[in-house]
Amino acid sequence: MNINKMPEREERLRSVFSEIKEESTPKVDSFSRSLRAFIVGGSICVAAQVFRGYVENYFDETEAGIYTTIMLIFVTAVLTSIGVFDKIGRFAGAGSYVPITGFANSIVSSAIEFRSEGMIFGVGALMFKVAGPVIVSGIVSSWLVGIIYFFMNFKR
Amino acid sequence: MAIKLGSQTYKFDSDIRVISTGSVVGPVEGIGPLRNLYDDIVRDEDISSDSFEKVETNMLLLSYRHAMEKAALSENDIDIFIGGDLLNQIVVTAFAAREIARPYWGIYGACATFGEALQVAACAIESGIAQKAMASSSSHFSTAERQYRTPLEQGVQPSVTAQRTVTGSGCAILSKGGVGPKITAFTIGKVVDFGVKDLADMGSAMAPAAADTILTMFESTRTNFDDYDLVLTGDLATVGHAIASKLLESEGYQHSGNFSDCGILVYEHGKQHIADTGGSGAGSASSVFGAYVFPKLLNRELNKVMLVPTGALMSPVTTYQKESIPSIAHAVVFEND
Amino acid sequence: MLIEYFKVLLVGGLLCVIAQLIVDHTKVVSAQILVIYVVAGVLLTSMGLYEPIVKYGQSGATVPLTGFGYALAKGTFEAIDEQGFIGIFSGGLSATACGVCAAIGFGFLASLVSKPKAKV
Repeated sequence: MNINKMPEREERLRSVFSEIKEESTPKVDSFSRSLRAFIVGGSICVAAQVFRGYVENYFDETEAGIYTTIMLIFVTAVLTSIGVFDKIGRFAGAGSYVPITGFANSIVSSAIEFRSEGMIFGVGALMFKVAGPVIVSGIVSSWLVGIIYFFMNFKR
Repeated sequence: MAIKLGSQTYKFDSDIRVISTGSVVGPVEGIGPLRNLYDDIVRDEDISSDSFEKVETNMLLLSYRHAMEKAALSENDIDIFIGGDLLNQIVVTAFAAREIARPYWGIYGACATFGEALQVAACAIESGIAQKAMASSSSHFSTAERQYRTPLEQGVQPSVTAQRTVTGSGCAILSKGGVGPKITAFTIGKVVDFGVKDLADMGSAMAPAAADTILTMFESTRTNFDDYDLVLTGDLATVGHAIASKLLESEGYQHSGNFSDCGILVYEHGKQHIADTGGSGAGSASSVFGAYVFPKLLNRELNKVMLVPTGALMSPVTTYQKESIPSIAHAVVFEND
Repeated sequence: MLIEYFKVLLVGGLLCVIAQLIVDHTKVVSAQILVIYVVAGVLLTSMGLYEPIVKYGQSGATVPLTGFGYALAKGTFEAIDEQGFIGIFSGGLSATACGVCAAIGFGFLASLVSKPKAKV
């Protein structure tokens, strides 16, 4: 719905724009990015597995899993605080944000970032600015499948 | 009175000149190709430890001081301060104006703010409101990231078209008469939107606006690339600049290496990571103009320059609402007589 | 022993590569990928498809965000089996409480001691 008729020149520019944009945009080096994601992401998982194997000597399987998660989050918090994690993320892409490390990083980095707006309106209010959608979507979807599961299994 | 040429281009009779500039940048820009030309290169912690917003405000004030010092003027000699930045409610410029305590007009044109500020300042002088007017714009990587993108310490991989916001403040003092290049014409940009939605691809979004404004200037003043020593866009970076260049070519305007971009000049290509394509931000055009273009005009290495700051007029809200990115570009022509 | 670690590497690495390919070749951005992964984890677990991946890949399947979805869904089902109706509401959060609390706690501490660094 154009109120005015488009000037001829703009019409001409529009007609060539998408082609020009296409040929001017650099191609993403998908192979190298994927390789980096594989190596870093896979390595984080292997490190977790090694740690878990060690902790299983002392605790049962469930507890060992929890300790592993806490360890990953703690290490991420430290790396984020000293300004290293963002460099890992820039290099690894999905390799660092798909594992739980990415979740922890988004919370810790938001907390650090918004400290300048105070403890309540900054840290408190905005800590989940990035990670919020993950929590909300995870809880809502598990809650919904829980409802279905309940009525399928407990028809009384 | 200004003379109107075509639909949106103006020529002045009065003798409106740029008599001084100031440019202050951060450390990443400070190792770029123009490193020896800036008035000052400052690290955040040197000028404020409270917040990045305060850092940017102090950086802008510092650029004002450099410009005034070079022209041997004080705040009271400047009739009006006109400027803007990228932050909500243009707080950086407003807070700098609080320190100056002089008449102030805050304007917003995203990264095209410097073009708009120059035009408004020129109009103020032409109309007799001011004898001397300050035009400025500013941006800072860290304040822009937290407003438009993600927390600084979050590990994200930049897209191939992403640009790095320039940490830089620049200003220019315009005066009726005096010594310096004359502002001879300007084109007020109109908002152009070719439907690009990707926030990480603002060069592509702004390229059509730049092409539209440059074409309008060429057509209204009956000039082409050959008439200018340099045509300089604000912050298109490599991708957007290539697009603008080809759009102009499709209309029959071919440049001979005299078409460049402040966002490309500010970083050493490929060496400064975070974004390989170049710089963006309101401070890009103003700091590069102050450090690079103005001195070259003064020593007559360049004699006629068209500066075309480019701006993307979206906000995070409109992006989440799936709107495309409206863009604008304002052109100002500087000439030695 | 080594073959176990190889499986972890394979599953964990592949889950990251899939996300990377989606981000590189579609309009989906990383924030959306994280949501897609968690929801996918919940749905695959509900359909009984994720448990075999966890058996095979172990940490390679539980550490990526699909594993977060897996923990949420598995926790919900177990809680429903034990507590009935209340389990619908308590299961997911209980199962993931330690991870969420650790992130909040360490995040809070980090905000006290650390400042964002200038990015050069």
